[in-house]
Amino acid sequence: MITAFLTDSTLCIGCKACEVACKEWNQIPSDGLRFTGFSYDNTVQLGHSTWRHVKFVERMAGTAADGDAGYRSNTFRWDFTSDVCKHCEHAGCLEACPTGSIVRTEFGGVFVQPDICNGCGYCVVTCPFGVIDRRPDDGRAFKCTFCYDRQKVGLQPACATACPTQSIQFGEISELRARAEARVEELRARGITDATIYDPQETSVGGTHAIFVLRGEPEDYNLPRAPEVPTVHLREAWTSAAIGAGLMILTAMMGFAAGRRPEAAPSTRRS
Amino acid sequence: MPGLGTSFGRGGATTAQQDLANADAILIMGSSMAENHPVGFRWVVKARERGATVIHVDPRFSRTSAMADMWLPLRAGSDIVFLGAMVNHVLQHGLEFRDYVVPYTNAATIIRGDFRDTEDLDGLFSGWDAEARRYTPDTWGYASEPSKGQRPSHEPARGGHGKDRGGEAQKIGPEPDRDETLQHPRCVFQILKRHFARYTPAMVEEVCGVPRDAFLRVADTFCRASGPERTAAICYAVGWTQHSTGVQIIRTAAILQLLLGNIGRPGGGIMALRGHASIQGSTDIPTLYDILPGYLPMPAFGADSGSLTTYIKAHRSPQGWWGHFDKYIVSLLKAWYGDAATKENGFGFDWLPRISGDHSHFGYWLDMADATGTLEGLFVMGQNPAVGAPNARLERRALANLKWLVVRDMVETETATFWLDSPEVARGELRTEAIGTEVFLFPAASHAEKDGCFTNTQRMLQWHEKAVDPPGDARSEAWFMFHLGRRLKARAAGDPRPRNAGLNALTWNYRTHGAHQEPDIDEVLQEINGRGADGALVDGYTQLQADGSTTSGCWIYSGVYPAPGRNRARERHAHGVYGQGWGFAWPSDRRILYNRASARPDGRPWSDRKKLVWWDEDARKWTGLDTPDCVATRPPDYVPRKGAKADEGLRGDAPFIMHPDGVGWIWVASGLKDGPLPTHYEPFESPFDNRVYPQQVNPAADPKARPDNAYAASPNDPAYPHVLTTYRLTEHHTAGAMTRTLSHLAELQPELFCEISPELAAAVGTANGAMVRITTPRGSIQARALVTPRIRPLRVQGRTIHQVGLPYHWGHRGLVKGDVVNDLVAISEEPNVRIFESKALVCRVEPVNQS
Repeated sequence: MITAFLTDSTLCIGCKACEVACKEWNQIPSDGLRFTGFSYDNTVQLGHSTWRHVKFVERMAGTAADGDAGYRSNTFRWDFTSDVCKHCEHAGCLEACPTGSIVRTEFGGVFVQPDICNGCGYCVVTCPFGVIDRRPDDGRAFKCTFCYDRQKVGLQPACATACPTQSIQFGEISELRARAEARVEELRARGITDATIYDPQETSVGGTHAIFVLRGEPEDYNLPRAPEVPTVHLREAWTSAAIGAGLMILTAMMGFAAGRRPEAAPSTRRS
Repeated sequence: MPGLGTSFGRGGATTAQQDLANADAILIMGSSMAENHPVGFRWVVKARERGATVIHVDPRFSRTSAMADMWLPLRAGSDIVFLGAMVNHVLQHGLEFRDYVVPYTNAATIIRGDFRDTEDLDGLFSGWDAEARRYTPDTWGYASEPSKGQRPSHEPARGGHGKDRGGEAQKIGPEPDRDETLQHPRCVFQILKRHFARYTPAMVEEVCGVPRDAFLRVADTFCRASGPERTAAICYAVGWTQHSTGVQIIRTAAILQLLLGNIGRPGGGIMALRGHASIQGSTDIPTLYDILPGYLPMPAFGADSGSLTTYIKAHRSPQGWWGHFDKYIVSLLKAWYGDAATKENGFGFDWLPRISGDHSHFGYWLDMADATGTLEGLFVMGQNPAVGAPNARLERRALANLKWLVVRDMVETETATFWLDSPEVARGELRTEAIGTEVFLFPAASHAEKDGCFTNTQRMLQWHEKAVDPPGDARSEAWFMFHLGRRLKARAAGDPRPRNAGLNALTWNYRTHGAHQEPDIDEVLQEINGRGADGALVDGYTQLQADGSTTSGCWIYSGVYPAPGRNRARERHAHGVYGQGWGFAWPSDRRILYNRASARPDGRPWSDRKKLVWWDEDARKWTGLDTPDCVATRPPDYVPRKGAKADEGLRGDAPFIMHPDGVGWIWVASGLKDGPLPTHYEPFESPFDNRVYPQQVNPAADPKARPDNAYAASPNDPAYPHVLTTYRLTEHHTAGAMTRTLSHLAELQPELFCEISPELAAAVGTANGAMVRITTPRGSIQARALVTPRIRPLRVQGRTIHQVGLPYHWGHRGLVKGDVVNDLVAISEEPNVRIFESKALVCRVEPVNQS
């Protein structure tokens, strides 16, 4: 079965149970005890030691004087959403990995085999979402495994299991896509007019296995509107390289063809 | 829990969290449920998804506000004005559910002619004794009562938990003087109307800082969601209880819910959210000084010095379920003292200790601080008062006056190391070498390392199985108490002095197993459940007897273990809307209390949409979606014969079966020490004078003022201009010993911070992330400023007031450290439950220059 996450931010209460469950299950170390002052977010972003990350977006532009604040408000709001590796259909990390460490699993997820990863870091720069990251102590790259070990034995991922409000749902991908459509329709009917789906199928990543229901613009949640997998530029890049190489060869050949021996450059060294 | 106990009869949440999903509106106030009860909050989210309106009234915009449809910031400590204005809104606009109110509450009951309200006495009720600083509640009685009754719960030493039903109300018969038209000037309904008339939307605006239009939107939304076809629920937590008027805040909510007909019905009720896994359990089987298991009052010196017979006479009600009081106390004594308890020796009643003063946490702790010598040693188990208790600085210093201190915890807490690395030692106020306290630290097993039972926030007992053996020397609480008791008994065995008689008589022979002789906790639950004359487990408290033939360690839990091998707390087969089959909710697995009120007096549901239990005429019994909270075979038209006792003395349409008159108490004739109706008083420390009455603070509350527990001048101390409120975060648990020590949790909130508005930050000259100093007359701490528009200045009494929020999880140990916020809070005692006031005080905020 090809599976996916559907993370519905309109149901997220920001409890971070997903972050903790992920760390517990996957035995990920702490990523530091730093107070950021950035709302209630002290883990900041996805990285080698944070595979689920809850964002806290304070939108406090308006006033709440009339009591209209929170969920129903368009201006005075605190939005939470749990971010995760997108498990792209065309995954930059996987395509860049020279060792074959990064593979696609039978569930459709993108999995880093830690025993093969040599820490080259190509995947880090090719992830359009800035998800995969190298651990400074051993250099290898880590990210969400899509709880491959749990899925193998018929369990759902730890984060989805821990979520108390079903903000993180897990299941068969087409079913979740349909559920996301229905959910956004329902929210809009309820007056939540800024509800949208984030599942970039139109760009080169070709859709993801982590679909989101959000309110407002993807940029508000630090999500790229049109993520591109860098390998789509490969043909272009190789073509340019080939043209460049051709031109260089041509230039050199033209030099030979002219039949002139170049004069030895005069020495500038004083003797 | 006397707020709920006096109003409805039992000191527990009237509903279950699952039932919140059935509500049409949910008012969350005095709680940040999404933060502190995130798992239960799923039912609030579910209700919202089904179209309910979720309203959060709270000084700060928290995770709960983010999930709510409406958020109203109010000034901390003004809750009774807000709720009182909602009561007034109902009464002024005739929005009460009259068909419910008349038969199911005491609104129609006529009160004595000599009662004087706060209206007449500048904020005091009649019966105030200024010398003794307490009320004599004689004038609060029903007109049908004799002028002087015995009111044991008003004795000065006694706390308010006893029986939790408030009001001995000995002579309230099933038919007190009533006016069912609600027109009599002295009927409760009319007194209520007069009492709350001054709680207007304008008053809300002036006192709470909530614009009147916003208030009216909330009041209107909540009232519209009530009636035969609709129901609204209220959720609260310690944001209501930790005030000098805490019990009366809850009472105001109870009155509102009774007027709107929201008690005992699906989607209605009052959800008391408890702060720990088994806090409900720790009042049911109490860690409190003033009650015995099952809310039986701990006997008091003097009043209960006589025989068991006089104790029973004083506490048994002729009508209502407490008419069975004798069965429960005798069965308890038999469970404790076994064969040694005989009819001749009053079943060992004299072996019980007697209350002779304020034996509460604070009563003792202040004695400790004064080194009076009344307390030589202390067991601290499952708490960390060096961080979690109010005026923690005073409490830490007091520990140095003990001869010995035993701390049992999963980690070495600040309490266990007060002598080594407390702020007092660092400041030189205490010198380690001068402290004579001998400290014993015992490692404790966690819940996953022992079998046992939690009673959760909705009165539900849930069994947990041991997953792994505790590491090293860590042992369960049961192991510790069992073996301590065993050793004490062994030492007392050869000692014939009378003081040892009770200890010698105590049954203490639990089976043990394993290498460490762990007592069999299953057997303890069986003892709690109780046994009949034949030694077989009883299937409920209705089988208990007063003749000494039965035993039960806690009558309200009876039925949890009805047969050998059937531990209902352990059952995991939930079915139906209320999840019956999963755990066991006391009493008798009733998930929604007082659910008789979900049906009309004639036994039919108020509406199809809101049906819960109903009378099945063909089967001649009550049936429905929950276990009926009444005698299942008693028909709705039952009328008691003259002189009928206990439950037989209640009419068939009485839903509040614990009360002697069978109705919900809008008016509490006795049992509350600060009045029959709620009244707004300012917190002990407030920037404002009381605009509702000349009386500034709750007269019956005790500030325990002393030099090391000092207060700001009130109202409006210029040195402390801001309102301070404390609270918890999702990421940490109370005093933090369980969470500051775990990296996965500590990293989520790694440092103490102080939430302030951008306006206050600008006024004091600080910025987000900078250190600030927060000072009260008790102490001064530093925290990071978290500047956020989620905290808003309010307009109160014509001027701008800033509120400051402080989560209190940090201490000087653990992976993440911080100052102790509770150093700022005063020790004080609300009159009914002796709780302190941490939710509304005043402070000063200053920038810290970092060099």
